[in-house]
Amino acid sequence: MKLTVNGVEHDVQAPQLASLLHVLREELDLTSPKAGCQQGGCGTCTVLVDGEPRRSCLLPLAAVEGAAITTVEGLGAADELSPMQAAFDEHYAAQCGFCTSGFLLAGTALLNGSPGATREEVLEALSGHVCRCTGYVKIVRAVEAALHGEVHPERVEASFEPEETEVLIPGSPA
Amino acid sequence: MTSRSLDAAQLVTPTSREDAIEAFGDGAELTVLAGGTILMPELNYGRLRPARVLALWNAGVAGIRREGSSLTIGAMTPVAELEAAPEPLATAARSVADREIRAQATLGGNLCATPGGEIPRGDLQAPLIALGARVTTAGAGGQRTEPVEDFLSNGPGGRLVLEVELEEPAGAGHATVGRPHSHGFTILAACAAETSEGVRVAVTGAGSHAVRVHSVEQALAGGASPEDAAENVLKDVQPRDDALASAWYRQRMLPVLVGRALHDLSQKEGTRG
Repeated sequence: MKLTVNGVEHDVQAPQLASLLHVLREELDLTSPKAGCQQGGCGTCTVLVDGEPRRSCLLPLAAVEGAAITTVEGLGAADELSPMQAAFDEHYAAQCGFCTSGFLLAGTALLNGSPGATREEVLEALSGHVCRCTGYVKIVRAVEAALHGEVHPERVEASFEPEETEVLIPGSPA
Repeated sequence: MTSRSLDAAQLVTPTSREDAIEAFGDGAELTVLAGGTILMPELNYGRLRPARVLALWNAGVAGIRREGSSLTIGAMTPVAELEAAPEPLATAARSVADREIRAQATLGGNLCATPGGEIPRGDLQAPLIALGARVTTAGAGGQRTEPVEDFLSNGPGGRLVLEVELEEPAGAGHATVGRPHSHGFTILAACAAETSEGVRVAVTGAGSHAVRVHSVEQALAGGASPEDAAENVLKDVQPRDDALASAWYRQRMLPVLVGRALHDLSQKEGTRG
């Protein structure tokens, strides 16, 4: 079966009902999509399918034949980050990194589809993604910075001044 | 884990509604794959190794057709598209999981959702019952169209869901145990709709599938206030304990939610859409 990932067409051998996640990681060695819960609940396996964020663990290979798949490996290079990657870098939005691929792709889809998204729409778009380091404030800040075009890769050596506390959902413990 | 490999599954991908019905036959020894959000975890974890899988993504049974105030919704219509459907279906659709899941999960899959563990799934069932929706299925004995509550009480076994028809209601109400941005299963939800046959009420989370609560409807038709009518909900459902909540909690919350849904309905009656 033919599968196009990050612009490159591959001949893949996995069973038609194998998950796209399995094919990406085990057959194509693309390990940015993470095998988290493998039942659709954590968001770490998220990839773009024809530009839309999807859980690769829930997609059988046969369902994406002919589609264009994008993983983080297709977003940018180490010396040429995509705007969303640069924003995550600038805002220290990655801690352990396990959820980062999913957030980057969900954020990228939002940037491409709804660059004028409000705070509420950003939270909704990211809400299927779980960060167990609970770094949500910095993640949301990074996504919003990218949406607003406020990305300054040259400022990555940021200051260590304490930041203002920010509450994303009123009444919630951060 | 079963011994059969995933490789051994025969995948059938019909390209028309007629071919899908023929391939389904009486449904014996067949696993239906719609959006995949329920089936794929079973395959990923090796809990299911089907012999034959009928995938519906090319079967031409997706999309919403409107004729006046009537809607026909294909089984493969993604939950995301139902966010623009009549209330209370739209609100229920918006509260299903997250953006990615709503784009992939389907109406048909939701109607056929079995409990996950002991926890009820199928958040669209209660609004569909409240709307008086009718579901058309195929299987042994041919096609049939029946109320959603009848389909659910018979169970989805041996039936292939093709489409659902419903009428835009004169008003609608919805109430749920709200936990924003925590996309767990729904603990409890109540839906009400003012239809051509009167007010219909249904609840999710108080059984293995959603249930129409006739006692509440009858009390309302008899002139009871929404609050008094809502107390009747416990005549029609027997809540159970599960990992989400206790039967004790559900017994106390159900009349509250049904009352809120009826109150919500009374606020919106007469304002279509």
